[in-house]
Amino acid sequence: MATIYIDNKPYQANEKQNLLHACLSLGFNIPYFCWHPAMNSVGACRQCAVKEFKDENDKRGKIVMSCMTAVRDGLRISIDDPEVKEFRARVIEWLMTNHPHDCPVCDEGGECHLQDMTVMTGHVYRRFRFRKRTYVNQDLGPFVNHEMNRCIQCYRCVRFYNEYADGRDFGVFACHNHVYFGRHKDGVLESKFSGNLVEVCPTGVFTDKTLKRHYTRKWDLQTAPSICPHCGMGCNTIPGERYGTLRRIRTRYSGQVNGYFICDRGRYGYEFVNSPERIKDPLRRVSGEGAGPGKYAPFEKGTALGAIKDVLNVSRGVMGIGSPRASLEANFALKKLVGAENFFLGIPDADYRILSLVLDIYTKGSARTPTLDEVESSDAILILGEDVSSTAPRLALAIRQAVKRKSFEAAGGMTIPYWDDKAVRIAAGGRRNPLFILSCSHTGLDDMAKERYFAAPDDLARLAFAFASRIDTGAPGPEGMSPDFKDLTARICGALESSKNPLIVCGAGAKNEGLVQGAANLAWALRKQGKSAFLSFVLPGANELGLGIIGGRPVADALKAIGEQKADTVIALENDLYRSLDKKNADTLLSAKFSITLDQISNETTKKSWAVLPAASFAESEGTYVNFEGRAQRFYKVFVQGGGTEESWKWLRDIMLEAGRPEASNWDTLDGILRDMANEIPVLAPITGIAPPETFRIAGMKVPRQPHRYSGRTAMHADKSLLEPKPPEDRDSALSFSMEGYAGVPPPALIQRFWAPGWNSVQALNKFQSEVGGPLRGGDPGKRLFEPGPGASPAYFAQVPPGFQPRKDEWLLLPVYHIFGSEELSMHAPGIASLAPDPYIALSEQDRLQLGKQEGEYMEVGIGETSYSLPVKPVRELPEGIALMPSGLPGLSGIGFPVWIKKPGKGARR
Amino acid sequence: MFSILKTMWYTFLHMFSRRFTVQYPDERPRIAPRWRGRIILSRDPDGQERCVACHLCSVACPVDCIALQAAEDETGRRYPEFFRINFSRCIFCGFCEEACPTYAIQLTNDFEMGEYHRHNLVYEKEHLLISGTGKYPGYNFYRVAGLAIGGKGKGQAENESPPVDVKDLMP
Ligand code: SF4
Ligand code: SF4
Ligand code: SF4
Ligand code: SF4
Ligand code: FES
Repeated sequence: MATIYIDNKPYQANEKQNLLHACLSLGFNIPYFCWHPAMNSVGACRQCAVKEFKDENDKRGKIVMSCMTAVRDGLRISIDDPEVKEFRARVIEWLMTNHPHDCPVCDEGGECHLQDMTVMTGHVYRRFRFRKRTYVNQDLGPFVNHEMNRCIQCYRCVRFYNEYADGRDFGVFACHNHVYFGRHKDGVLESKFSGNLVEVCPTGVFTDKTLKRHYTRKWDLQTAPSICPHCGMGCNTIPGERYGTLRRIRTRYSGQVNGYFICDRGRYGYEFVNSPERIKDPLRRVSGEGAGPGKYAPFEKGTALGAIKDVLNVSRGVMGIGSPRASLEANFALKKLVGAENFFLGIPDADYRILSLVLDIYTKGSARTPTLDEVESSDAILILGEDVSSTAPRLALAIRQAVKRKSFEAAGGMTIPYWDDKAVRIAAGGRRNPLFILSCSHTGLDDMAKERYFAAPDDLARLAFAFASRIDTGAPGPEGMSPDFKDLTARICGALESSKNPLIVCGAGAKNEGLVQGAANLAWALRKQGKSAFLSFVLPGANELGLGIIGGRPVADALKAIGEQKADTVIALENDLYRSLDKKNADTLLSAKFSITLDQISNETTKKSWAVLPAASFAESEGTYVNFEGRAQRFYKVFVQGGGTEESWKWLRDIMLEAGRPEASNWDTLDGILRDMANEIPVLAPITGIAPPETFRIAGMKVPRQPHRYSGRTAMHADKSLLEPKPPEDRDSALSFSMEGYAGVPPPALIQRFWAPGWNSVQALNKFQSEVGGPLRGGDPGKRLFEPGPGASPAYFAQVPPGFQPRKDEWLLLPVYHIFGSEELSMHAPGIASLAPDPYIALSEQDRLQLGKQEGEYMEVGIGETSYSLPVKPVRELPEGIALMPSGLPGLSGIGFPVWIKKPGKGARR
Repeated sequence: MFSILKTMWYTFLHMFSRRFTVQYPDERPRIAPRWRGRIILSRDPDGQERCVACHLCSVACPVDCIALQAAEDETGRRYPEFFRINFSRCIFCGFCEEACPTYAIQLTNDFEMGEYHRHNLVYEKEHLLISGTGKYPGYNFYRVAGLAIGGKGKGQAENESPPVDVKDLMP
C-alpha cells in the first residue's frame, strides 16, 4: 500500500495498480473510456487525464493519463484542477465532433457511458461547425447491431474480441480519422462471446439486436438477480422484463464466477421465455368425446390439484422423474412428494454414472474445484475429452486467459506493470502457459493448445491413468503402453510437474467413466506431489450437480417398476423424457396410466402426458442452482408470468397440501423449503445462508426490482382498467415488484442492476465492488458446497479401463456438442436456433472413403429402432472406429450415447 | 375587531365591482398559445410520425401517465407501436414536451376534455396523433440525426460527409 495525495488529501492505494484504477476504487469519479478492469490500459482515449505534481511546492504540475501512470508512494495529483477539468471537457468535445446525435433512437441511450462521461466533464455546447464523418454499418448476424457512426475510437471492442476472446474475424480497418471497427465484410460474428461487445463498447456502436425487436430503456426494465440456465457454469445474470415479456440479459458481475463476461448462449437464449410454445394453463388430455392425440383442454388450478390428488389416492405407485434443469427446491419437493425410493434422476444412464462418480470425487477428493476466477490463475491445463468451448463456454474463456497469463509473468520479470497491456504483450512475445487437449476430435480451444491428441475416450482414460501413475508411482497405471504414448506422457507430465497450479478439466461430454476416474487420479497424484492442483468436471445441466446432491435412483429402475406394474403414475419435472431417454423408454414411462408433467414449453413429453402443469421459467421463479464448481447460487423472479404458471416447487407443494401431506406444511415461503432441505441434506446445510431471507430489510425497506425512474406506471394497464393493479407481492424474497424501496447498494446476492448517481451505464459496477475489478462489496454471492479436507488422501481408482477396440462392422457413436443447438431451452430462441447446425454424422476421412460417400451425401444410420438419414461430414482426425453425431439437436434427441451402430457396409449400399 | 369589520367592508364593496364571470361555453375565453392543455403527437414536415419512441417523455412524466412501446419499420425508422396517455392522471405540467427531442409531443390550448366515463380519458396513439407539425414547424429529427432510414442513407443527414471508404488508406 502506498500513500498518494489527491487534491492534497492523503489516501491509501495499491502500488500494483494504475492511478485510474486506484482512484476509481477510492470512489473518485474520473471519466475514462478505453481502460477496462479485465483488459487493462492502453491509453487510447486521453479521457482520464489528471494533473501530477512533483512535490507539495509544485504549483504548475503536468497533465498525465491516470490509466497509464503507476501508483507510487508520495504521488501527488489533482483531479479537480481547473486546467485538467478543461482538458477533459475538450477531449470529449473532440470525441463528439463526428457523433451522429441520435441518442433518442440509440439503444444505448440511458445507459451510455459516453452520455455519462459527457455530463461528467460538463461539455454542453457543440462548437464544431464542419461536416461529420460517416460510415456504412455491417450486418453482424442475429445478435449484435452495428452503428459505426457512434464510435469514439476507444479500441475496447477489438481488444476484447481479438485479444481477450481470441476472435479472428473482427478488427480495426482504415486509418487516421477513418478507423473502422467491424468485420472484413458483412457476416455473423464467429466468436461465441460477441454479445459482450454490447457491454464492452462504451457507446451505442454495438447494441443487443434481440433487445431491438422489443426495445426498452434500462430505466423501464424490471430486473432481478438471476443465474443463467443454459449450462452448468452458473453465470450470474440480470434479465430485464417489461410488459410481461423478457427483454434482455445482462451480465451480473461476480468476481469469482463469470466476472464481466458471459457467452452468447447465456445472453441470447432468454427468448425461450417469450416463446409462443410456452404452456400457460394447466392442461388435461381430453377423454371421451373429442379425444385424440394431442387434444388437451385447460383446467382450473383448483380442479387440477383435486384431480391429481384423486390420482395419487388410487395410484398403485407414484414415480417422480427429477431434472437437471429444475431448481434444487423443485427436485427436493418432488422427492418428498413421491418418496426417496420412488425418485429417479431424469438423465441418461451414462450421465447418471458419471454424475455419481463426480459427486463421489468432489466429496472425498483432495483436489479443489476451481472457481472460474481461479481457473484463470492456473499455469498448466489438461483437458480430457471435453469440448469445453461448446459445453461450458465461459470456462473456455477463462482457460484462454489462463494460457495467456504467462505474459504477465514474463513482463513482471522486466518490471513492466501488469496493467500496461500493450507493453506486456510485446514483452511476453507470445509466451503461453501450456494447454493440452486430449479428445476425440477438434474442439473450440484448439487454437490455444500447445499439443492436441486425438483418441477414443477409452484410450484417453488409459492415458490419464498413465499420467497419474507416472506422477505418483502409487497410482495404478495401464500395462503395455506404446512408445509414442511414452513421449506424450513425458511431455504432458513434465509440463504439469513444472507448474504450480495445474488444472485438470474433464466432464460428462465423452460419456466415459474411466476418463473421469483417470482425471481424478491425475489431479490427486499431482496433489500428492505438493501441487495445488485443481480438478473441474463439466456437467451439462444448469443444476446437474444439484440434482445429484438431492439424489435418486437411475431411470432404468423406473422402467423396471413400470414393467413390473409396481407403479402406474409418473410425475416428470421439467424434463422432456424424449431428450433424456431414448424413444422406446420414454414411451414406456409415458405408458403409465397417469403421467403428469410440469414444464415450461410444450414438447414431446407434454404432448403425451395425461396432465400438464405450466411451470414458471427461471425468470419467473425463485430457487437455487448448484454450478459445476459446487457453488449454490440463488436466482430470483424477474416478473410474474401470470396465467396459470407457477413455480414447480409450488405446484408440488400444493399437490402435497391438497393430498394432506404434512411434509409440505412448512413450505409457505422459499425460506421454509430451504430450511427443510438444509436440515435434511447435510451437503446443502449452507444454502440458507447464500442470500438474505425474505424478512431481510434495509432501513425497513425491501430491495425494489424497478428502477426509481420506472415509467408508465399509471398508463401501462390503463387500456384494460383505470384501477391500477396492486403489484404482485413477493413473499419468498427480500425483493419487491415496485419502484419503492432501498435505493442504495444492496447485499451482493440481491444486486438487481448496476446503477449509481451519474453512472447510468454498466460501468456503475465500479461502485459495487470493494475494489474495482475485485469482489463485490460484501463478498461474491453463492456458497461452495465442496471443499477438500486438509488431510484428504483419497484412494486411487484402481480399475484401469481396457483400451478401445474398434469393431469391424460397427462404429461407436459418440456425441459432439454445439454451443448453439445442443442445449434444449436456448433452441427456442430464434437467434440461437438460426445459428444451430443441421443434423449430420461425422465420420473419419478413412471411413468416408471406404464407404465412397461425398461430403454432405446422405447416409442411413440406424440407432436402436430409429433410422436417420444424415449428411456425412468428414472429420480428419477422428480415431478409427468412431462416429460422431451432434447432441441434442431437434430431430436427434434421445440418443443414448455411447452406442454401437452398424456400418452400412458394402452390402447395405443399394 | 377592527380588522374583522374591515374585511366585511371590503367584501361588501365587491358587490359593486365589475363582474368577471365568463359565460362559458357560450362565450369562449382567450387562451394563450403557451397554454398547457390536451397533449397531441405531431408529424414532421414530410407528414411522417415525429415520435421516435425514445421514452424520454414517459420518464420525465412525474405521474408516470405515458406508456409506449418502441418498434422499427423495415428501413430502421423507429416509431411507437402503441402510445398511451392516461389523462385521468396527467397534471399538464408540460415536462413531456420539454423532454421531447423531436417536438413530437406538444401541449395544446384545448382544455375541453371532460368525459362522463373515466376510461375515455385514456388516449391511444390514434387519438393523439394529429396530421400537422403543431407548434413547431420545420423540424425533422431524422434530417439531423445520423441514423439511416428509408430515403435517407448514411452521410445524407445535415452536415454529414459521404461515408468513408474503409479500404482506402490515403492520408
Ligand atoms: S452512443 Fe451514447 S451518446 Fe451516442 S447516440 Fe448512443 S446514447 Fe447517445
Ligand atoms: S466501436 Fe465502441 S468499443 Fe469499439 S472503438 Fe468504437 S466506441 Fe470503442
Ligand atoms: S457459460 Fe453457460 S452459464 Fe455462462 S452464460 Fe454461457 S451458457 Fe450461461
Ligand atoms: S419524448 Fe417525444 S420522441 Fe420521445 S417518446 Fe416521447 S413523444 Fe416520442
Ligand atoms: S482511460 Fe486512460 S487514456 Fe483512455
